[in-house]
Amino acid sequence: MIEPAPLPPPVLPSAESRLALAEDLLRTQDPVECAQHALEWLRAAADIRQALVALSDAEGTRLSGTAGLAMPASRVRGFSVALDDREHPLVKTLEAGEARVLTPEASIDRARGALPFGRFPCLAVPLVAEDPSDPDAVGLLLVAPVTPPAGPATRWLAGVLSARLSALARIRRLVDTERRLRRDRGLLHSIINAVPDPITLTDDEGRIVIANARAEFLLASRDDDSEGRRRAVALNNMLFSSALWRRGWEGSEPSRHELPLVDPSDGSAMLFELISAPAGDPDAGAGVVSILRNVTDLRRATEEIEENYRRLRVAEADVRAERDRLDLIIDSVADPILVADPGGTIILMNAPAERLFTIPADAEAEVAQRVRANDAHFSSFVANLYLAVDELRWRGDIGLVDPVTAAPLPVEAVSGKLVSERGELIAIATILHDRTEEMEKARLYAELKRASEQLQQRVHEATSELVRQNELLRRQHIELEQASALKTQFLANMSHEFRTPLNAILGYTSMLLQGVSGSMLPPQRKNLDRVESNARHLLAIINDILDIARIEAGKMPLHPGEFRVPELVKEVVAEVEPLIARSGLTVTTELDPRVGEARSDRQKVKQIVLNLLTNALKFTPVGSVCVSARCVAAGDAVEIAVRDTGIGISPEDQERVFEDFRQADNSPTRQYGGAGLGLAICRRLATMLGGQMTLTSALGQGSTFTLLFPRRARRRS
Amino acid sequence: MTDRATSPLVLLVDDFQDNREMYAEFLRFSGLRVEEAANGHEALDKATTLAPDLIVMDLSLPGIDGWEATRRLKADRHTKHIPVVALTGHALAGFSEGARQAGCDAFVTKPCLPEELLNEIQRILVRRARPRPAKKIR
Repeated sequence: MIEPAPLPPPVLPSAESRLALAEDLLRTQDPVECAQHALEWLRAAADIRQALVALSDAEGTRLSGTAGLAMPASRVRGFSVALDDREHPLVKTLEAGEARVLTPEASIDRARGALPFGRFPCLAVPLVAEDPSDPDAVGLLLVAPVTPPAGPATRWLAGVLSARLSALARIRRLVDTERRLRRDRGLLHSIINAVPDPITLTDDEGRIVIANARAEFLLASRDDDSEGRRRAVALNNMLFSSALWRRGWEGSEPSRHELPLVDPSDGSAMLFELISAPAGDPDAGAGVVSILRNVTDLRRATEEIEENYRRLRVAEADVRAERDRLDLIIDSVADPILVADPGGTIILMNAPAERLFTIPADAEAEVAQRVRANDAHFSSFVANLYLAVDELRWRGDIGLVDPVTAAPLPVEAVSGKLVSERGELIAIATILHDRTEEMEKARLYAELKRASEQLQQRVHEATSELVRQNELLRRQHIELEQASALKTQFLANMSHEFRTPLNAILGYTSMLLQGVSGSMLPPQRKNLDRVESNARHLLAIINDILDIARIEAGKMPLHPGEFRVPELVKEVVAEVEPLIARSGLTVTTELDPRVGEARSDRQKVKQIVLNLLTNALKFTPVGSVCVSARCVAAGDAVEIAVRDTGIGISPEDQERVFEDFRQADNSPTRQYGGAGLGLAICRRLATMLGGQMTLTSALGQGSTFTLLFPRRARRRS
Repeated sequence: MTDRATSPLVLLVDDFQDNREMYAEFLRFSGLRVEEAANGHEALDKATTLAPDLIVMDLSLPGIDGWEATRRLKADRHTKHIPVVALTGHALAGFSEGARQAGCDAFVTKPCLPEELLNEIQRILVRRARPRPAKKIR
């Protein structure tokens, strides 16, 4: 540090000169120009040859050359000293706040650069602010040479210059501040306006202090606006104020309210969310910043979401109903149905499946075990499908067990993969079909088949047996026919053989009775009558037997012919007249006049009627016999009935009397004679005629034998 | 009683002696002349030699039976005019028809009482004795 050289005696320039400078400086607004003017004055007034004004920059970090005297401009602008270089003699001078004379040799470090005036010493005078509250020096005035007269003028100038420069700096600062403020305010405004949400600042009274464009659109109107818009704005203001007023009670925390407004341009309803917070302003007092967020779309979106949600719920309800229905359907299927997810877990099953695959709460250990066994069988079956990647279906038989009854339950299982549109396996559905019945049916069918085969075998055997029997029968039939023919021949021969001696008996008896061999005593004649009577009876029996034999052998020919029925009846009655006379009975005839001609075998009809009438006479001790003839069946048939008042025939005997060798009384001691062949022959003859014999009788009430035969017999081929 | 010499001669053919003799006795008793034959050969012989007015022929004969005998008689111009009354114990149908085909003029079924046979013989003889006058006149 060097002691500055002693200052020359103070000599001040003239007052006029100083006044002129002051006026000049006051007129000059630019600091550089000011400094330049000052330096010019200093040269003139104090004989300063070289000078430099270095001013501190706005940030106060550097001292830069501002104006120079007798110095090239580049050197002026190139002069620069960092203010934080505390060891620099200029900085020291500035800090000291008083003028000093500096010598380059002693004071300037080479590294820091030389003083502006080369090797000459210079006087450095700080230019400090006039206002003591602004302690920072505004700059430094360097002058050379250091002459005594220069001192006072330089110091005065420094004072004047610093005052003016500080004033200028202050002015410049103010201007800068104002410009910055204006720019900031404009920026702020554009920022606020750029916000799409309306933003307002309101004062205590609720009046709008600041509003961005969006807010103005909603809340401000001009006189030339349309009536509708003005009304909408007025309504909006009212709503907004009311919302703010309500907000006023709620303290300093930001609050949110819904605020319905009207779009002034088209009158449509808008919904805003009003976010307001108190904004402290020390000068203007408390205000409220409000941001209105348009939530109309949000609300619409919300409503849409709600609507969608509602639809979703309806759809869900539908789906649930559908699922319930599906569940019902699935449950109603008698076959067990199971659905397993890709992990193999059963996610759905119907009631029949539950019976097989779920363990009831109160199940016994055996039941649970059977269910687990079923489950294992099922799992291993479904595993087939999991392993078979390319297969969509799998079919197979599983031997399950009814968990409760332990009855074996063979089922046919059909599993199918449920695959999503993207081909992912969603689930595997399985239907089990009870095959018990089927297998039972198959078993029954097999049994049936076996039985059928057996039956067939038996039928076959029976058929061959039948064929054998048939052959046997055929032979027997031939033999029988031969036997029958032989029998008939035998009977015919027998008949002949009977007749031959009987012929002699009857002949000789007749001759004796006629007295051919001389007259006889009455007792002899009586006995001979007995012989004849018995011989005739024997002949009748033989004739009857022969008739039966002929009919049986089919050798009784029919000789159909036309004849009159009444005449036939009369003829029969006449023929048995001796018998009638002997019996003492009354015999009458009832002949329907409509019965006239008939075509049949007259001889056989007569034989039947004759037989019936003789029978009636024989079995009627007292009373009457009636022979009647009439047409029946619309004239197609003839009925000849013989009615008596005889002993009658009991119901149990009524059929037997038509049998061969029968009488109602078949005891050996029977009262009435006859071989009992008459009715048997009558019935056979009636059948030959295409008719029939019937009997109505009651014991002791008489009998009625009826012959019914077709009036027009068919011709036999 | 008719004159023996002029009364008709009946040849009675039957192998059963009792019947034959019974009929013979009754016919003689009734005034007819009777010759008897016990079989077919005898019947043919006697019919040729005796030239009876009528022959009663039992059909069941040993050797040449009644049908055959009748056929031969009817085939012989010397005997064919003699009426033959067939007599049989067989009552079956076909016998009488066979007898008519063989040439019998009448058919009588046993048992036949002597007087019935006599009636039949007389009926035939009367018909023979009185040929239809119309034919004769022309």
